[in-house]
Amino acid sequence: MTPKRKKRIILILLMIAGIAVAAGFALKAFNENLMFFYTPSAVAADEAPFNHPIRVGGLVTTGSVQRQADGLTVHFDITDNAETITIQYTGILPDLFREGQGIVALGELGKNRMFVASEVLAKHDENYMPPEVADALKKTHEAGVAGSAAKTD
Amino acid sequence: MAPELGNFALILGLCMSLVLSTFPLIGSINNTPGWVALARPAAWGQFFFVAISFAVLVNAFLVDDFSVLYVAQNGNTQLPLIYKVSAVWGAHEGSLLLWALILSGWTIAVSLFSRTLPPEVVARVLAVMGMVSIGFLSFLLFTSNPFDRVFPVPLEGGDLNPLLQDFGLAVHPPMLYMGYVGLSVAFSFALAALIGGKLDAAWARWSRPWTLIAWVFLTIGITLGSWWAYYELGWGGWWFWDPVENASFMPWLAATALIHSLAVTEKRGAFKRWTVLLALLAFSLSLLGTFLVRSGVLTSVHSFAADPARGLFILVFLCIVIGGSLSVYAWRAPDVTSGGKFDLFCRETLLLANNLLLVVITAFILLGTLAPLIYDAMGWGKISVGFPWFTTMFVIFTPFLIIIMGMGPLARWKKQDPGDLARQLRGALLLSIAAGVLFALPILHEGNIWAGLAVMLAVWLLSSVVLSLRQRWRYRKGIAGILKDFGSRGSNSYYGMIIAHLGVAVFAIGVTFVTQFDVEQDIRMSPGQTVALAGHTFRFDGARAIEGPNYRADQGTIRVFNSAGEEVAVLNPEKRTYLVQTRPMTEAGINPGFMRDIYVSLGETLGSGDWSLRLYYKPVVRWIWFGGILIAIGGLLAASDRRYRMDTVRAAAPVARTAAKQFAAESRT
Repeated sequence: MTPKRKKRIILILLMIAGIAVAAGFALKAFNENLMFFYTPSAVAADEAPFNHPIRVGGLVTTGSVQRQADGLTVHFDITDNAETITIQYTGILPDLFREGQGIVALGELGKNRMFVASEVLAKHDENYMPPEVADALKKTHEAGVAGSAAKTD
Repeated sequence: MAPELGNFALILGLCMSLVLSTFPLIGSINNTPGWVALARPAAWGQFFFVAISFAVLVNAFLVDDFSVLYVAQNGNTQLPLIYKVSAVWGAHEGSLLLWALILSGWTIAVSLFSRTLPPEVVARVLAVMGMVSIGFLSFLLFTSNPFDRVFPVPLEGGDLNPLLQDFGLAVHPPMLYMGYVGLSVAFSFALAALIGGKLDAAWARWSRPWTLIAWVFLTIGITLGSWWAYYELGWGGWWFWDPVENASFMPWLAATALIHSLAVTEKRGAFKRWTVLLALLAFSLSLLGTFLVRSGVLTSVHSFAADPARGLFILVFLCIVIGGSLSVYAWRAPDVTSGGKFDLFCRETLLLANNLLLVVITAFILLGTLAPLIYDAMGWGKISVGFPWFTTMFVIFTPFLIIIMGMGPLARWKKQDPGDLARQLRGALLLSIAAGVLFALPILHEGNIWAGLAVMLAVWLLSSVVLSLRQRWRYRKGIAGILKDFGSRGSNSYYGMIIAHLGVAVFAIGVTFVTQFDVEQDIRMSPGQTVALAGHTFRFDGARAIEGPNYRADQGTIRVFNSAGEEVAVLNPEKRTYLVQTRPMTEAGINPGFMRDIYVSLGETLGSGDWSLRLYYKPVVRWIWFGGILIAIGGLLAASDRRYRMDTVRAAAPVARTAAKQFAAESRT
């Protein structure tokens, strides 16, 4: 192997190694940034981790929206028609947020089972139902038909 | 009657594209001039019929023909004229028709500006474009016909989504589509060259201006989309790593790699296979973008109602296009001769390194975009990939990209002494590190490491541009000599590159500074109340009800004062309710500036005149789009280079040619 060729191979290996290291970091970050989705039933069944970023979704329970004294913090419940969880959010809710609407919230579940949301998503189309929520509702419905689960409302 | 005419024209358009994609291709292979000559008339016929069909749909919107289902869903008698036209591409069917129209338009453009190309090459290029067209036209006719009737005829239409009733969004999709579809030209050229077995400098020179123009449209489309999201969605964001944004960004990255790789292939005859692969990749990613947007498999602002039939059709189409083109590649690529030799360190390797980085970034965005789909399909749970990950990933790779970008234009082709380049760039390096440190440490302002990094990279790019200009102008005599350099052969390419690279520097500063230094506050305010934010005082003067042409709104008044107590802006954010589609919408109040934007949105009314408000102070946010515009201008300038307008038959001759020959070629055109 000529010295020149050797140098070339070393440099190419260095380049590959550089990209591999960077890709490694990116993949590591990827794993840490995956946010899993949980239905209210899954949260009730203790499947969701505490104090870790996750997403939850369901229908906003009618009559559950309570504005706190500071005017910006809101508490509301979401349901998959089997279980409900309470969400706390401080800030301005999206335009299409309303009772009965399907929403997805990003945030962390506290030990007291209060979900503290950093972001609430209600999509731009009023007929739109987040697929995860639609799925969760369908599952509850099927379970209900099979008679294996009692509806809470 | 008219809608049936439109439908019929669409069918005729499909027939034309069937003719276009078969006869000329076969004719070019078995040398039948009569069949080869069919290419141009068939392309014109296809354009003619698709254009008629499109005109019919536009007309249906203009005359409020609600007997057409698509018009009934998206049109309205109360819509202002411009939005009646833009409503044509406001939803799925119409936007696909626009896509098909643009594709046949690009086909015509190729047939017009290819007089100097050998007829069989033109025939092959047009035939490949015809095949893509078959896919889109049959998709329209079989799964999403915009001319379907509805009975009984509704009296009033369902109206255009109010979010889309905006000038930015009226022009954003056509721009983006021009880019997406424009990449089909590069794709077709690559496939035609593979079929013909002639991948040479002439092919690269031919593809370059087309690819550049498509890339410019894509750049403008993405920039417009980002700007629109910023002022229209009402929450101050300008990029969300939304699947649909990613769908437009991935082809852009691939096309960016492609235009650089094409440069190497044209100038040095190297990277031929890689360039072809990138051309195939860029257009495949455009198609994938359509798949992601139109099939509704991913949750996004942009996706329309999910329809499995459509999703399946596009998926099959995608497989045919990607599978087919890769098979042709596998079949013909081994015959491609390897091009110009180059040393370990030279401009070629630097461009290759950046090509690799761009492809790696594209691959990661693809991973992040498709991961939720893959996880769901494998039953691993429902996930979403957080916004922060995309940002982190992007920030890991882009600094390297920019560092190499600074070196590329200064390095020589073929062989570059690294020590020599280091000596040239020593000053630039010191300057950029000094500037970076100045911003990273609390010297001027509160220190910020990311701001420091961005400033360092921007100064690095800027100073390398200055060095490159100095190198180019060194032997020019004074101002007159420099002026003479403008407009000479190859100069537009060069200055275009300079401007686009400066655009990247401006963009990097804009993005980093607005992310690091923007100030945001959600607050409840009573009329007359003031709040201090980022050195300014915001006073809320209450909200009142107003009437718009097709909406009602609450309009707030916020006065902004600077630290000296002078009024700098009066902002009127609105909370609108459109009359037909009764959804509320936030219309932000923005005071734009070159160095900062002040941005206010109305939240909701909290009783007794109080409102929740979101206040923003966004430094240099406009630089993001300003950078995008610079990049687009650079691309346009590069595409307008004189050498692309020359007799391209001659370009098949060796790249080096005498001035006399060049003169002869020019005088003939």
